Amino acid sequence: MLDNLLLFVQFPPLAVDVVVNGLLIGAIFALAAYGMALVWGVLNIVNVVQGELVVLGGYVTFLLVQWGMPPLIGVPVSALVMFGVGWVLYRAIVFRVVDRDIFISILATFGLAILIQQLANLSFGADVRSVDAGLGPLHFLDGMVTVAWVKLIAFVLALVAGASLWFFLRHARLGQAIRATAQNPRAARILGIDTGRVYAATYALNAALCGAAGSLAVMAWTIHPYMGLPYTVRSFMVVVVAGVGNVGAVVAAGLGLGALENVAGFVLGTEFQIAFVFALMVTILVWRHLRAARRREHLK
Amino acid sequence: MRKGLFSGIFLGLVLLAGPVAADDPGVIRLGAAVSLTGKYSSNGAFTRKGYDLAVEKINEAGGVTVAGKPYLLQIIYYDDESTPARGAQLVERLIQQDKVQFVLGPYSSGLTEAIAPVTEKYGVPMVEANGAAISLFRKNYRYLFAVLSTTDEYLRGAIDIAARLSADPSKLRVAMAFENDPFSQDVREGVLADMKRHGMKAVVDDKLPPELNDMSATLSKVKALRPDLLLISGHDKGASLAIRQMADQRVNVPMLALTHCDSARIAENFGPAAEYALCAAQWASTLTYEDDLFGSASDYARLYEETYGEVAPYQAAESSAAVQVYADAFARAKSLDPEDVRQALTETAMMTFYGRIEFDETGKNVAKPMVLFQVQDGNYVVVYPEAFAEAKIRWPTPPWGER
Repeated sequence: MLDNLLLFVQFPPLAVDVVVNGLLIGAIFALAAYGMALVWGVLNIVNVVQGELVVLGGYVTFLLVQWGMPPLIGVPVSALVMFGVGWVLYRAIVFRVVDRDIFISILATFGLAILIQQLANLSFGADVRSVDAGLGPLHFLDGMVTVAWVKLIAFVLALVAGASLWFFLRHARLGQAIRATAQNPRAARILGIDTGRVYAATYALNAALCGAAGSLAVMAWTIHPYMGLPYTVRSFMVVVVAGVGNVGAVVAAGLGLGALENVAGFVLGTEFQIAFVFALMVTILVWRHLRAARRREHLK
Repeated sequence: MRKGLFSGIFLGLVLLAGPVAADDPGVIRLGAAVSLTGKYSSNGAFTRKGYDLAVEKINEAGGVTVAGKPYLLQIIYYDDESTPARGAQLVERLIQQDKVQFVLGPYSSGLTEAIAPVTEKYGVPMVEANGAAISLFRKNYRYLFAVLSTTDEYLRGAIDIAARLSADPSKLRVAMAFENDPFSQDVREGVLADMKRHGMKAVVDDKLPPELNDMSATLSKVKALRPDLLLISGHDKGASLAIRQMADQRVNVPMLALTHCDSARIAENFGPAAEYALCAAQWASTLTYEDDLFGSASDYARLYEETYGEVAPYQAAESSAAVQVYADAFARAKSLDPEDVRQALTETAMMTFYGRIEFDETGKNVAKPMVLFQVQDGNYVVVYPEAFAEAKIRWPTPPWGER
């Protein structure tokens, strides 16, 4: 551990490399996490099938490239296709669990996750897939810092998606309807909002965000049918830390998680990378709990 | 003896059940739980195809003659869903309900580890072809036999080549990234022993978590420390991820060796990024082994490709060899009693298209070396051991800027 820290001192650009790569990893987590925050906040569902939606998005891009399309086209197309998939999933299954206990929705989406994994395995095989975006890397500082173009695009895209989501929720008609439904579905219904439609649109929007994230993931890394869990866990963690109602906090938490995770993997060794993520989550939750308790004390 | 009697009665019943003439061959039933769904389903499918091909070929040639009576082979399969607990359960079922007396192995060390105690408990032999972890052979199992080379030998070739190419092997610095699973950690153990033999030093020794989706922390370290040799083992996922990210991060190492790169199809999937990578493999179709059933290794590869329409992976080849080992043991045992067959298995000494097979007292095959491919111009070319080398190793790997 100490010698790993010393490496940072010996090669300062290395620290930049580790942090930058971590931020870029975090951008893809953030993208998937927006959707989870949205669904959690509006439908009150913890969407355990999140990671599988990401993986499906990756397969859409993989197929497009197989059919000879340029990989980057995959990002919007995956988002679009997954929007449709999300809509169908909502109309077929998810709407049944919206007003139920949160554990029922966790169970239902967990079942959905297993179903999608097995279907993906049947149709695409268990092979590890990857798509070469053909863009190569950028390098700075004597080649010590390298950044894959794909990851950079993912980063920009995540920020743009975050900003547009914020704008959409604030100013667009449907965005306002989504917020109204999130605040009080009954009141929204009374005021003439078709909440069923709003729920479906929210869930489909979530799937679209996952689709874009998956498309970027298949270009930056690899996917296979059982790859979903890390994405679900990361999105869950980002939302737990950032809360459901704040797009800016989701971006910050996503990027921060990515960077911290990568630094932890470097310093502590990769075997502790994921353990570190969970330890961090527990720490944040405990700290939050203590802070909330203190506030309650004040109120008394 | 009782078991033999029962199996005799059972076989009799099986024969009576169908419309059979008196001199029709009997049937020897083998059982296997292989991964047809779940994370090992592609390699599980190779395992099954390998078993099936050998059974088909043996039956075509008239089956096995045991004590003067001909028998055909038949395999009962179950899908273990890539879960160890399920595998153990299914093998119990094969033995207890289906009355199978001879078990073929599953795919992966983890599954084999779960199944071996079951076959051991019932005194049923298991010939396996896809569980290489050396730890399997330290448990004094009596009924476990493996046709493949064990984990400690996987990357030995890479270390030997690196040692031979350098003026002073004790100055060599090695970076290691191994997945935290029984197979890869056993490979690591073998690597550490070989490094010690040459006095090499480990500069990076990372354990990759099984759910890892990014290796950039490890690769940044490698980039800074500039080791002479980088070793990576993490099944198909680890191999694919390493090739993808090394290209993206421009990580330069003179020599890179991995496991599972042929089943991950790195040359096909990553093109130029996979060049120069060394891949540990159990078998290659260019090796000069031969037997009477399949002919040469390349004959086997051709037959496999004609039958299944894909290139023969070593996982299929070793699975076929496992069936051949059984057939050979049945013939020599002159009996279908599991105890007699076990005794015959221990005395196995045969040449197959897959390589020589002789078991030591722990049940592992000690007669066949591992081979090392190098990806050269998009092809997997054998570069080690020298006796089978098709081409010289390309070394050192030029830096990314010059590739």
